Amino acid sequence: MSLLRVRDLAVDFRIDGSTTLRAVKGIGFDVAEHSTVALVGESGSGKTVTALAIMGLLPRENATVHAASRIDYLGRSLLQATNRDLRALRGAEISMIFQEPMSSLNPVFTVGFQIAEALRQHRALPVSQARLRALQLLGEVGLAEPQARLGAYPFQLSGGEQQRVMIAMAIACEPKLLIADEPTTALDVTVQRQILELIAGLQARRRMSVLFITHDLSLVGEIADEVVVMRRGEIREQGRTGRIFSAPQDPYTRALLACRPPLTHRPRRLPVIDDFLKGAPGGAGGEERRRGLRGDEPIILEARGLAKSFYFRDGFFGRRELKAVKGASFKLAKGKTLGVVGESGSGKTTLGLLLMRLHKACGGEVLFEGRDLLPLPPKAAYSYKRRIQIVFQNPYASLNPRFTVGQILMEPMQIHGVGSGAAERRALSLELLGKVGLAAESFAKYPHEFSGGQRQRIAIARALALRPEVLICDESVSALDVSVQAQLLNLLQDLQDEYAMSYLFISHDLAVVRYMADEVMVMKDGEIVEIAGPDEIYSNPKHPYTQLLLSSMPGRAQ
Amino acid sequence: MLPALPGAASPGVWTLAWRRFCRDRLGLACLVVVVIYAAVMAACAAGWIVRDWSEEVAVTYAPPSFLGPEAPRGAPAAAAATAPQGALEDYGIPDPLADDLAEIAKELSGVSASETRAATLAFGADKWGRDVLKKAVKGTEISLFVGLVAAALAAFLGTLFGALAGYRGGWIDDFFNWLYSVFTSIPYLLLVLAVATVVNQKGVLTVILILGLTGWTGIFRLIRAEYMKHKVREYVLAADAIGASEARRMFVHILPNVSHVVLVQLSLHVVLFIKSEVILTFLGFGVGVDTVSWGSMLAEAQSELILGKWWQIAAATCAMAVLVTAFSLLTDALRDALDPRLK
Repeated sequence: MSLLRVRDLAVDFRIDGSTTLRAVKGIGFDVAEHSTVALVGESGSGKTVTALAIMGLLPRENATVHAASRIDYLGRSLLQATNRDLRALRGAEISMIFQEPMSSLNPVFTVGFQIAEALRQHRALPVSQARLRALQLLGEVGLAEPQARLGAYPFQLSGGEQQRVMIAMAIACEPKLLIADEPTTALDVTVQRQILELIAGLQARRRMSVLFITHDLSLVGEIADEVVVMRRGEIREQGRTGRIFSAPQDPYTRALLACRPPLTHRPRRLPVIDDFLKGAPGGAGGEERRRGLRGDEPIILEARGLAKSFYFRDGFFGRRELKAVKGASFKLAKGKTLGVVGESGSGKTTLGLLLMRLHKACGGEVLFEGRDLLPLPPKAAYSYKRRIQIVFQNPYASLNPRFTVGQILMEPMQIHGVGSGAAERRALSLELLGKVGLAAESFAKYPHEFSGGQRQRIAIARALALRPEVLICDESVSALDVSVQAQLLNLLQDLQDEYAMSYLFISHDLAVVRYMADEVMVMKDGEIVEIAGPDEIYSNPKHPYTQLLLSSMPGRAQ
Repeated sequence: MLPALPGAASPGVWTLAWRRFCRDRLGLACLVVVVIYAAVMAACAAGWIVRDWSEEVAVTYAPPSFLGPEAPRGAPAAAAATAPQGALEDYGIPDPLADDLAEIAKELSGVSASETRAATLAFGADKWGRDVLKKAVKGTEISLFVGLVAAALAAFLGTLFGALAGYRGGWIDDFFNWLYSVFTSIPYLLLVLAVATVVNQKGVLTVILILGLTGWTGIFRLIRAEYMKHKVREYVLAADAIGASEARRMFVHILPNVSHVVLVQLSLHVVLFIKSEVILTFLGFGVGVDTVSWGSMLAEAQSELILGKWWQIAAATCAMAVLVTAFSLLTDALRDALDPRLK
């Protein structure tokens, strides 16, 4: 018997007075008892809206669920339930964990208080018993020293620990259905692995059902019994997990599976979704791209003992030193890609900013064609700025919202005197837009009119405006959907082939780095623990931390 | 070679904000009211209307015409004036100047006959018989001008200081924070009066300086916070990466992104300063006697009210209340339209 039945669910969002957006277009699926169902889709696929509709948490002022929609939980209609019934159900029978553990926990209450609150609310337990139960739960979700954690505030815990607390809260009242909305997206790979194992273990032990929402198909294989693939509010395919992976029927599912850089080989181009939807999947089976260094390439950028510390006030007189980068030394070969891998806090972003002189280094040298950039006065460093450029992670934050695309592209040219006049600069900008695959009409538009992938193309075009020799890509594709990621990786590769640029490719995504890099550098706590060729490092990792990272990669365990 | 660009420019952030604003009917109505006031101000300043506001056209305290003329209190006084003439003739000596006096009297009566003072006016008259309605219109010029210019000055200072302090940090931030603390630790009126005493000159310019130089603190605080928030944003880092100078980052990149805050603060301060001008003038530190503002009207009305002459205070209050209400609602509508979270 199915625990949850969703039929013909359709949800409209009112955007303004005249326009509505249908976020979910009549979908239906079941969640059986004691099973895990994964809802997979890219941004805008309606997966989170579906979860919110089940929980009755859709914003009332602009969301409407169609009258024909049905959501039944053990035969009871959730859409017809009163607020009071829903409140009794939420938390007790159905509970939810969210993507961002930091913003889902109330910062002013202790962890123990917040867990106990859920228990007192639904189970009417006295304070002392609720506290005892909270302690047990913290132990169950695998927090070290649960007794001490009970009195901790959320900010005193790491992201993974916070997510564990969220899970403890969610299972506090022994729900039958746990909805997990991208529970591991904000976490590092090694932590992601632990949380996935925790959820799978709890599901088996407590015999609950889990509705697992994610954008990452590779995660699903390890945790789900059934998979529902969504795109633009519709279900493209659903079925048993094994069948979806071995014999996907829908071209979109096939595309999703193929877009991720494979771990076994390196196609010249990654296939993109359009190839599949048009029925002509390219890329796969074609010629392979060769990676790795011969060892005699000219070195364009070299760092020697690069160090950066941040200082915090500690007490009245003291100050605490945080070493973000500890003596990093590496070489970047001309026309090649150096991949930088590490978890959050490993210092990889700081490293990129140091090379750009956006942060002031505390020590070491950055040699660009043999000349140390760090001691140069700002005037002299100016001419080097155009030769090293950077593309940031978040395409929504890195473009000035008050500038048109044309202004964004022409500004660096104006500053550095590229092109003789406005007309020539405009022509150059239009050429750049063509290069990154954007229409000429984009020139007069503002960033808010573009999607995330398109904005990242604009950011790349801006960096290219100065014809840099070194491009630092700081998690440049991490915030994007899988399909868009593949397009941008292809674009970056094409540009490197054409201009022979050198890339410093910073990412937490091991599969992407393996695909892109000629040499891989692994960072941990500000230190470079291993540098080696991509095939070597993935097949024969030397450092224990590299081994841990690789074993945590999703899709690797299968 | 150049591909043709599409002719229609696409809507920018400001255009979108304006479209959102146009959907707010109340805000739009308030904008119309404010624009009318501004037009009146401009027309007064250009001398197209109420140039004759200071002419004494009516009898003292002529009531509004809808109340009708006052009971003729002048009659007994006229009788008393004629009485001594009869007494002079009793001496039997012919007045050598009688002819001249008669001529002058005749001349005088001729003049006063030609400009008979009105017994009532549309909205009454003040102590000197000046039209209250015209005074209120003329007062708009001074009050609104003071409010706008002083708010612009305060917003300019607040934005400049806030940008420097927020972006540069370090000792510059410390200095401006110290300045801020000094300005805010002194009671507002005391500070205003202190500046007024130092400047020691009455006039519109003085009022503007007093209000502008003391009123920048709130704006400074907000803009400083905005700059601290924005300077670590990636688009500013990206500007640094392409080699944009510090000034360019501060004023070309960040300023447009915080300008909605400035705009809302500007209109809030216009309201605040119009009210402050009234208070200043009421306390005697405002505009001089040769000009009229709503504040000076209220100051005069203090003594009139005891005599039951309520129309001057009513006119000034109405004019001010309508403008201040409209401006405040306009500010709210602006804030809604410009709020970037709605994007």
